[in-house]
Amino acid sequence: MENFDSLKKTPLFERHIELGGKIVDFGGWALPVQYSSILDECKAVRERCGLFDVSHMGEVDIYGSDAYAYVQKMVTNDVTTMTPGRCRYAVMCYENGGAVDDVLIYKFADDHYMFIVNAGNTDKDFEWMQQHVFGDVRVENNSKKWGQLALQGPDHQKVLDAAGFTGEIPEKYYTFNDKMTVAGVPCLVSRTGYTGEDGVELYCAAEDTVRLHKALMEAGKCVDMLPCGLGARDTLRFEASMPLYGHEMNENINPMECGLGFAIKLKKDYFIGIEALRAPQTRKRIGLKLVGKGVARPEAEVLCNGEVVGVVTSGGPAPAVGGNYAMCLVKADADEAGKWAVSVRGREIECEFAPMPFYKR
Amino acid sequence: MIPTDRRYTREHDWVKFEEGIAILGITDHAQEALGDIVYVELPDIDAEIEIGESYTTVESVKAASPVDSPVSGRVVEVNTELDEKPELLNEDPYGQFIAKIACAEVNQDALLTAGEYEQFLAENKED
Repeated sequence: MENFDSLKKTPLFERHIELGGKIVDFGGWALPVQYSSILDECKAVRERCGLFDVSHMGEVDIYGSDAYAYVQKMVTNDVTTMTPGRCRYAVMCYENGGAVDDVLIYKFADDHYMFIVNAGNTDKDFEWMQQHVFGDVRVENNSKKWGQLALQGPDHQKVLDAAGFTGEIPEKYYTFNDKMTVAGVPCLVSRTGYTGEDGVELYCAAEDTVRLHKALMEAGKCVDMLPCGLGARDTLRFEASMPLYGHEMNENINPMECGLGFAIKLKKDYFIGIEALRAPQTRKRIGLKLVGKGVARPEAEVLCNGEVVGVVTSGGPAPAVGGNYAMCLVKADADEAGKWAVSVRGREIECEFAPMPFYKR
Repeated sequence: MIPTDRRYTREHDWVKFEEGIAILGITDHAQEALGDIVYVELPDIDAEIEIGESYTTVESVKAASPVDSPVSGRVVEVNTELDEKPELLNEDPYGQFIAKIACAEVNQDALLTAGEYEQFLAENKED
């Protein structure tokens, strides 16, 4: 028996084993990389439905009468126009513009927001957030109290119907309803996801997670839903060209370089890192499609017109569109119409510039 | 069932000897562990391979895995069918070879019989 004792586990660890999940160490968490096949699981999400355990994600609540001002200071996006029941994507930056983490913000009330943060960053983020508290602001790391499932794919509604629910499923993208029950389990349901497919994410009390997962797996039989692992999650987000912290962005790669301008409001008076992001950038994120045979993995050198201009940050097959692709961080002035290649084990593989996202539903 | 007409390594490769030619492939356990195979980087014909040197890289969706050769010699044939259909290695690992090497030297110590390999698998079972 492989020893996962030293790893953190979500409430669904035993379920993953039961369902034949291949467990791996994912940033200190014991989670399934796949159950059946990564490609089959990707296909299920694109064509029907897939269910992911994302309980490892962190949840940090922000309370207090200064919560709005605090959030404005902490993130790149503008939350002024957010009303309760809305979600918004943003990045927390260091003063030098480097990314602390990318976060999904949930607004409950003017004095209550919640940040969904990357599992491996939860402690670091929480510490960073605590350091910057001012006035009437309280931040709480409530990650352990929540279970989180992602139900993704065109048939997700049928699965929810079969599971039974009360309350209204949020209709608009990036909205949520925190007063639902699904299969009798009290839930927050948001119209969000990390797959490039329509779907919802469900948050429930940690102790209810197994019950909710079992009910959704049972309900999912009506559409031949598959449980999906982290491998499929990564491939799906890659096809949709969504950045992954630690790859497309990190403390040394700022969100502007990462191409997240839509989530960076430079007209705001202030947020931590704004000056650095206002400055001209020296690098940019681009997409490449491999024309020659081979697969480009992170760290592979990227060449434009024969000159090394950057590195691959994520690479692999994009099964929904066919072929192998790469997301790369390259010099800002690299010629997009130039002759592209990636260097893999000393061999140059010819590429062509590929607009992102690689896959669009 | 593990075919008895060939030998195995502890790295989950198989090798079949036919008239001085070593035919190399990966085992069912290897393809299972790799998951969906999306690309097989075949060696060049006439390439000289050393014992313990990687002669191919098998790429699954998530990782690139170099495969070491239990023999030395010159590559005389590669399975070009894998160029278009790398998934054949998942579907039929014992029926699909990766490369054939005109064998100069064999690391006999590294090779197990089917029975020994089966026992090795049982002893190292992860579950």
